[in-house]
Amino acid sequence: MPITAGIDIGASATKAAVIQGEVPARAELIGAAVLRSGVDFALSARQGFELALAEAGLEAQRVERIFSCGYGRGNVDFAQETRTEIAAHAAAAFRHFPRALTVLDIGGQDNKVIKLDDQGRRISFKMNRKCAAGTGAFLEEMALRLNVGLQEFDGLARSARGEVTMGSFCTVFSATEVLAHIRKGVALPDLVKGLFRSVLKRALEMDNLDQTVVMTGGVAAHNPYLLEMLSEMIGRPALTPPRPQLAGAEGAALLAMQSLLPRCDQSHPRP
Amino acid sequence: MTQAPPPINATKHMKKLMADHFLGLDRAAREGSPKVAWCTSVGPAELLLSMGFAVYYPENHGALLGATRMATEVIPVANAAGYSPDICSYLTADIGAFLKGVTPLTAAYGIKSIPKADVLVFNTNQCRDVADWFGFYARHWNVPLAGVCSHRGLGEVKRHHIDDVVSQFKDMIPVLEKVSGVKFDIDRLRETVRLSKECTVRWRKVLEYAALSPTPMTFFDHTIHMAPAVVLRGTQEALDYYDLLLAELEQRAAEGVAAAPGERYRLYWDGMPVWGRLRMLSETLGGLGAAVVASTYCNSWIFEAFDAADPFESMARAYLELFIVRDDDYKERYIRQWARRFGVQGIIFHDAKTCPNNSNNRYAMPERLAQDLGVPTLTINGDLNDLRCFSDEQARTNMEAFAEQLGEQAA
Ligand code: SF4
Repeated sequence: MPITAGIDIGASATKAAVIQGEVPARAELIGAAVLRSGVDFALSARQGFELALAEAGLEAQRVERIFSCGYGRGNVDFAQETRTEIAAHAAAAFRHFPRALTVLDIGGQDNKVIKLDDQGRRISFKMNRKCAAGTGAFLEEMALRLNVGLQEFDGLARSARGEVTMGSFCTVFSATEVLAHIRKGVALPDLVKGLFRSVLKRALEMDNLDQTVVMTGGVAAHNPYLLEMLSEMIGRPALTPPRPQLAGAEGAALLAMQSLLPRCDQSHPRP
Repeated sequence: MTQAPPPINATKHMKKLMADHFLGLDRAAREGSPKVAWCTSVGPAELLLSMGFAVYYPENHGALLGATRMATEVIPVANAAGYSPDICSYLTADIGAFLKGVTPLTAAYGIKSIPKADVLVFNTNQCRDVADWFGFYARHWNVPLAGVCSHRGLGEVKRHHIDDVVSQFKDMIPVLEKVSGVKFDIDRLRETVRLSKECTVRWRKVLEYAALSPTPMTFFDHTIHMAPAVVLRGTQEALDYYDLLLAELEQRAAEGVAAAPGERYRLYWDGMPVWGRLRMLSETLGGLGAAVVASTYCNSWIFEAFDAADPFESMARAYLELFIVRDDDYKERYIRQWARRFGVQGIIFHDAKTCPNNSNNRYAMPERLAQDLGVPTLTINGDLNDLRCFSDEQARTNMEAFAEQLGEQAA
């Protein structure tokens, strides 16, 4: 059975995925890795690939095709082709939920809302403007200000009794707001929940979150409570694939697998 | 890497024309004759030319500052002087460069500074910023400032709009006569309007060649070759230039030359060019097989209404009928028509941070057009001149993803 790989070089994390299957729709994830992108994208790409191969128990030669995506997609010298992370996230989301979708990817540096029709074809996509508001970088910055590990955010938000309202778009202004709330003695969980709400509000401002909403990306992976909050805000369950942070890498691997199919079957990622 | 399209030979001639234009202005400013009038790009240049002024277009200088990427260095100087980073970055780049004592004309033509104005004439049909921009120099040099305070956001251009603008033109004449020492002559105005109209007709023909598939010229070529239509209209040189270019285009069309080799997608560009990133944008889009075949911006120098028989009224009409002066219903209809005629599969909106007047994506027009035309749209955030507002990487990802989307839809 064909084996392909995808390498997603994001601004903060590099993700690698190795998949195997007759066709993309029935492919299985057999190896994966997540590591920091650092400053040498080519190196982290190779390391990520090797780790994913090790998990799959495979030699590199067994992989028939490799696609890269993400911010550093051009730095993966062993990938045959590149795709945007938009194509990759869409492919992965549709693979898990084959129907008309709105994919919300909250990444380290940017957010995307991608709409797909019931055949998995893109109808539209939007990326956030050039600003960290509502992205993983925003939460990182706030964690730093609050002197709390980012990994504690989810638990803190979940335990909140109340919630503060963050008023500003701007990361810097938000930091000032956070300090003001701390001075006032606001409980930390309420503050963190307010930050989560702010992230989701930015996403809801980007586009209508209609159809079935699927959340992908590292922020969703590390903060399952965010998904619950989103579901509550849109009034229906928002879904997430099994390993949302891997969506880009998995999608790139799926697109690589797609490209191995005879031409007539390649048009778009059918289930 | 896709192979580069063959260069357009007429460019050499255009460079010479532009050099003559700037050197002529420099000489006029130094010698005090003819008098120098600054004018906004959409007029009323014809009136000024007819009265013998050497006419200088600061927006063109703004674009040069952008294209040479000097803008991003000098904008902060204007910001520090009180001109906000949120207002027109032609203005902030131009004033910043002036305060710093630099100009791209030095490297290009050996000219020390921009030509000092004897009079400044604006038209707010495009925006209010031009009045503030010219006001800075009027105060600095203590020279007269005149202008048309225009109607904006027009659906239909009505009689009273035209009458008002005509009377504002006429009010300007005594000031212009005083500065130039030349008596206004209606026949000279007629002749200038005739030449401008002829220029417009030719420029439109140039743009219409892009309806061919593959197009022999893209939007990125248009942004360069529109220079004579902007700064030399009303002169015979502009007509000669476009005759030369049209002949070359005819030949390129006959030979099937593709300005974007391997043209697969045809796009419409709405909004300003990102002057400092024209090459990156054209190479990225070209590399994706996308040719930008039509644009609102380059069409802005088509003045259909000019009529030598009725120069004042036709000038007023021409300046009021322009896209930028109209309401969104008109703008939508306009883009729809051009998009259909040029067979575009997608529309790119450039949301220029500092020019709301040329950013038409902000009131849901992309969504409406996507629905009406059944073609996807993409908004790129950036700016005409201030590259602090533009991310190469984000723009590139957006364009690539847009091409992927077009590919999926075509499949
Ligand atoms: S229309 Fe826009 S770019 Fe042109 S002068 Fe006005 S604000 Fe500046």
